[in-house]
Amino acid sequence: MKPEKMIRIALRSIARTKMRSMLTMLGIIIGVGAVICMVAIGQGAQSRIEQSILDLGVNMVVITPGASSSGGISRGAGSLNRLQIADAEKLARESMLLSTVTPVIMTGGRIRGGMGNWHAPLYGVDITFEEIRDWPVSSGQWFGQDDVRASRKVCLLGSTVAGELFPDQDPIGQEIILRDVPFDVIGVLEDKGQTAGGDDQDDCVVAPYTTVQKRLAGRQFIAQILGSAWSPDDVPAAMDEASAIMQESHGLADWEEADFTVRNQSDLADAATGTTEVMTMLLAAIAGISLLVGGIGIMNIMLVSVTERTREIGIRMAIGARPGDVLTQFLVESIVLSLLGGIIGVGLGYGGSWLVAYLTGWPTAIAPATVGVALGFSAAVGIFFGFWPARKAAGLDPITALRYE
Amino acid sequence: MNANNAVISLANLRKTYAMGSNVVHALQDVDLTIKAGEMVAIMGASGSGKSTLMNIVGCLDRPTSGTYELNGERVESLSRNQLADLRNRHIGFVFQGFNLLARTSAQENVELPLLYDRSERQIDPAAAARRALQRVMLDDRREHQTSELSGGQQQRVAIARALVTEPSLLLADEPTGNLDTRTSIEVLALFQELNEQGLTVAMVTHENEISQYARRVVELRDGLIIRDEPVSNRRSARNDLSSMQAV
Ligand SMILES: Nc1ncnc2c1ncn2[C@@H]1O[C@H](COP(=O)(O)OP(=O)(O)OP(=O)(O)O)[C@@H](O)[C@H]1O
Ligand SMILES: [Mg+2]
Repeated sequence: MKPEKMIRIALRSIARTKMRSMLTMLGIIIGVGAVICMVAIGQGAQSRIEQSILDLGVNMVVITPGASSSGGISRGAGSLNRLQIADAEKLARESMLLSTVTPVIMTGGRIRGGMGNWHAPLYGVDITFEEIRDWPVSSGQWFGQDDVRASRKVCLLGSTVAGELFPDQDPIGQEIILRDVPFDVIGVLEDKGQTAGGDDQDDCVVAPYTTVQKRLAGRQFIAQILGSAWSPDDVPAAMDEASAIMQESHGLADWEEADFTVRNQSDLADAATGTTEVMTMLLAAIAGISLLVGGIGIMNIMLVSVTERTREIGIRMAIGARPGDVLTQFLVESIVLSLLGGIIGVGLGYGGSWLVAYLTGWPTAIAPATVGVALGFSAAVGIFFGFWPARKAAGLDPITALRYE
Repeated sequence: MNANNAVISLANLRKTYAMGSNVVHALQDVDLTIKAGEMVAIMGASGSGKSTLMNIVGCLDRPTSGTYELNGERVESLSRNQLADLRNRHIGFVFQGFNLLARTSAQENVELPLLYDRSERQIDPAAAARRALQRVMLDDRREHQTSELSGGQQQRVAIARALVTEPSLLLADEPTGNLDTRTSIEVLALFQELNEQGLTVAMVTHENEISQYARRVVELRDGLIIRDEPVSNRRSARNDLSSMQAV
């Protein structure tokens, strides 16, 4: 029989029971809608994380202590923190491809001053931090070369800290006491907002690394070294060069395993999006299960429909329908139902993810591939779950079917 | 068509149903030949095997043993697909319960067999269905749904559906069983008219009166033919209808 005849027969049958067809499709509609929506949210989150890391500055090179594992971020257990100020100074002196370098010492603690107490991380950095992180002050001024050289007790407040300690006062010129060490506030940093991970970047205090090391950290080792390559194209070469300089600085031969890790922006982005990728997969899997349930719904209705339409099947066979014609009719009905449901579901998914974006402000992104996969999957659901009922219908004996009440 | 002009030729036909240890002989040793242009009434008490015979003749069922030639072609060993094609091409069925598709217009019901037509003939289903409905004088009810038609009209739609493929044989199992006397005679008038136009008709009935409209009566008892004779005083349904109007 010609395919258009088949589809016409199936469409007539579906149209004859509009309400039930609609309810049958509902499972697939919701399933496909959920898949599209969930993947859109997951991919939106992913692209936002990538963007926020790239926003740090495309040229950035990050050196952290500890050998990289194959995964890229985990530090070998027991590997010593062996990053020192001297490494940063050697890099600044010898590197041709990094325009600027700063050590970053991370500590933190209780801050007193202004309205009361607050806890925040403290970063000890060089003046180049401003350029590398692209983080100017909104009021006051950055500390200068002299402040670093003389280890002056001056600091910059992140906007959150400034707001907490000095809600209705200009913090500049005020004194804060950080773990018993008094600092003069000389500037407030511009708002940076949250990281993709949800941390408040503005909840911090920044001071010269020399001061932090002498007064607060009290140890040789530093958390990371940030550098900036001259241009994005220089980044890979700059990473190689930094590795070589670090290897030499640590007295390691070329063939010895590094006890530090050099990464760039996209490495960081990959590591961070790894988690959201897992989340996206998980959401998609959950949504996929609802698609499966939708498929079982179709099978259920098709089975009921075969029983209910036994007489119709008998009539069709009596007037000359071959068993194959009956099989095809039911199969096409089930495919049309699930594909139609899939198409409506795609619409629902678009609407749903737009609504999520509108209500929560989360970015969402629908990849055309997702739509293709969802539609392909719903057609497959139709074939898979429609086949058994269709075979049952085709296997009926014409007389038995005609006599069926 | 074979030499002796037989549309149906049955020889030593048996049909048995095994119900556990019980064996029902629905048909035992039936020999029957129906020639082109005949109009045969098949009679018998309930359970005598009339429907069983009809279903085998209509290629809906297979005999347990014996031979069946339809238009000279042996059919008892054909595949399900071949039987379906035979039903579609050569046989028109009319049932006691009409067996139309619900929530479907008369036009669509009549078009249905042509959807399964595998022959090379180029038939326009819509036009053919319209012609068939004209033959049963229902062209003004084309767009009516099954449920919007009276019993007699439904049976006429069923007859139009049986005619639309231009079969060589019209089979009817108690076609008037669900109809009142007047509508029954209307249906019989239609059968007689079609028969006069050359169509071979075989119909099952258990009413003696109805059988008088046929040309030949075959009576079954317990799966055996006990009577096979021409109708002596054949009645004309058209005349009976006009005399009914006169009353
Ligand atoms: N599918 C079946 N399984 C078992 N026995 C059957 C089956 N179909 C028919 N029979 C038996 O075969 C015999 C003939 O049945 P059939 O339906 O041909 O009778 P009938 O002459 O058409 O009767 P009625 O006038 O009541 O329609 C009956 O005894 C019936 O019980
Ligand atoms: Mg019967």
